Amino acid sequence: MHKEAAIREPLILGHKTYHDITEDICRPIEDKAPRMWYVLFSIALIIGLYGVGCILYLLGTGIGVWGLNKTINWAWDITNFVWWVGIGHAGTLISAVLLLFRQRWRMAINRSAEAMTIFAVFMAGIFPLIHMGRLWMGYFVMPIPNQFGSLWVNFNSPLLWDVFAISTYLSVGFVFWYIGLIPDFATLRDRAKKPVSKKMYSILSFGWSGRAKHWNRFELVSLVLAGLATPLVFSVHSIVSFDFATSVIPGWHTTIFPPYFVAGAVFSGFAMVQTLMLIMRKAMNLEAYIHTRHVEYMNIVIMVTGSIVGTAYITELFISWYSGVEYEGYAFFNRATGPYWWAYWSMMTCNVISPQLMWFRKLRRSLLFTFIISIVVNIGMWFERYVIIVTSLHRDYLPSAWSMHYPSHIDIGIYVGTIGLFFVFFLLFARFFPVLPIAELKTILKIAGESYKNAPDTHHGHDDHGHGSHGHAAADHTAHVEAPEAGEIASEGSSEEEQSNDENNSGEETSSEEEK
Amino acid sequence: MAERVIYAMYDDDDVLKDGAKKLVAKGVKVAEVFSPFPIHGIDPIIGVKNTRLGIMAFLYGLTGLTLATIGMRYFMIVDWPMNIGGKPSMSYVQNMLAFIPISFEFTVLCAAHGMALTYFLRNKTLPGLPAQNPDPRTTDDRFVMEIRTSDNAKFSAEELETLLKETGIVELDQKEIK
Repeated sequence: MHKEAAIREPLILGHKTYHDITEDICRPIEDKAPRMWYVLFSIALIIGLYGVGCILYLLGTGIGVWGLNKTINWAWDITNFVWWVGIGHAGTLISAVLLLFRQRWRMAINRSAEAMTIFAVFMAGIFPLIHMGRLWMGYFVMPIPNQFGSLWVNFNSPLLWDVFAISTYLSVGFVFWYIGLIPDFATLRDRAKKPVSKKMYSILSFGWSGRAKHWNRFELVSLVLAGLATPLVFSVHSIVSFDFATSVIPGWHTTIFPPYFVAGAVFSGFAMVQTLMLIMRKAMNLEAYIHTRHVEYMNIVIMVTGSIVGTAYITELFISWYSGVEYEGYAFFNRATGPYWWAYWSMMTCNVISPQLMWFRKLRRSLLFTFIISIVVNIGMWFERYVIIVTSLHRDYLPSAWSMHYPSHIDIGIYVGTIGLFFVFFLLFARFFPVLPIAELKTILKIAGESYKNAPDTHHGHDDHGHGSHGHAAADHTAHVEAPEAGEIASEGSSEEEQSNDENNSGEETSSEEEK
Repeated sequence: MAERVIYAMYDDDDVLKDGAKKLVAKGVKVAEVFSPFPIHGIDPIIGVKNTRLGIMAFLYGLTGLTLATIGMRYFMIVDWPMNIGGKPSMSYVQNMLAFIPISFEFTVLCAAHGMALTYFLRNKTLPGLPAQNPDPRTTDDRFVMEIRTSDNAKFSAEELETLLKETGIVELDQKEIK
């Protein structure tokens, strides 16, 4: 087994056994839901239903009920779409990109981050669909032969690219998530006592039995899906940014948009993951699996992507002046000092300054501070899209057409409603689905679990080179003291040592992946 | 002749792996291992070959790319060429840049879904199928090794049991199948 350096913080705290992991994750699902769950679910459901009501009103009346006008013909709808798609970037990034980079800490958060991604993309998908005005004509976006003289959809248009990108992203993300869920559903199935839940989980688990060959396929499928999903993550928000970048509106017509949107998406996605995880770990007693170290890692991602976003803002600002295009220059001057200055400066404060505070170790390890910043970041990222879209449109080429955007209550209702619906989905997920990947966590227990890791107090220094025999000695040490299961390994000492040495010979970096 | 299937249960993946190694060295054929998570390194010991699903994914992706190319060429160039924004659609090669995003997305779509479907079919895991693990605890913290007498003609069932008992098992179970 590939040992981790002793100096690294353990990823699973406490002296857990395999059975403890199963218990800790399954119990919140099998027990009665706490009262708080019902309270939150009711609130989310009421808000969500209000949103559905607003959507139905919009579909019945027409999109004139939005606060749009002749000049500002795209506002909250596309803002909300881009915001939700952006939030929906963290899950796949965590599970795909971090899988390729062999980051083990992702295992504590990937399941719920992926669920969050899928629900966020659902919410995003609502906006272009209702924006059509006639939802039932939605199939027009597909290239299907039709009675209008086989007029095809325009494959040159970024809006059609979006259709393909978002639907691919959603469906591939869903498959990735579900394939990982199957073994955990099998665990729930085999534990279920009540006939109804037994039946449900046995359908959901597809008859998974955990055969060696199936696990072999499982690991390869996860790896290949991660490989496919990685460029997908980057392509989706690049394509979303093309909606703007390929137009000729000053403020949108910028080549920096794709990387800047992708960084912004990861930034806001991780912030949303933080918001949800910090509540979830507390509510479901998962503090041993998602602890300060995980929060810190995510904060570092927020800091890095936040800095990329900040650099992009400043680059954009500089280029608008340096390019000498007066329209471009005016668009940016107007953003910062025009009637929407408050939106611009909220965006700057939330997205550029707040992530820089994460350079302080104390702050990025503070859970309360992280929670506040995670919300601030998502507010900032909503403003970013609002600033890009509305301030670029509200002063167009004819000063007589200059206008301001005032959202109608339907605008607000639909936006707030999608937040409600998102939480309805997420709360249902947390109630009935395993929120942490049970099987994957068990694979890292012996590598990064506290009871198996070398106790730092007694084994300082000499374990750092990660030699198998030392790692084993430490496991032996803890076995006698705390972990009953570790005793089993200890008794099989000699052969395990042999095994570790074999693998160390094959090179430390590659051994963990080779085992996969 | 009725066949006997012996299920040896372990409570640790490393113990099972070492046990399998010892048994295989003695010439015992291990038919199957059921575990709650992938045991890294067990496959070569019990003779499970590496899956070829990766090759399938590549082929599905290639299919997707081909379909996307043929489709967009037909829709945009052959069937109804439109002049959009002063850029006429006369040749696929010249217009190809605009088709790259969808070609990429469709490749990924086909590769991912094709591979996932093949995975489900090859595993025979589909909604509603019954579970086949010998003990419900194998999805929690138990590891079961399955040994069939028909695979191991040179050992009697009793000999196999004795060999298994030396490998640190926690439970032993057997079943007769016809």
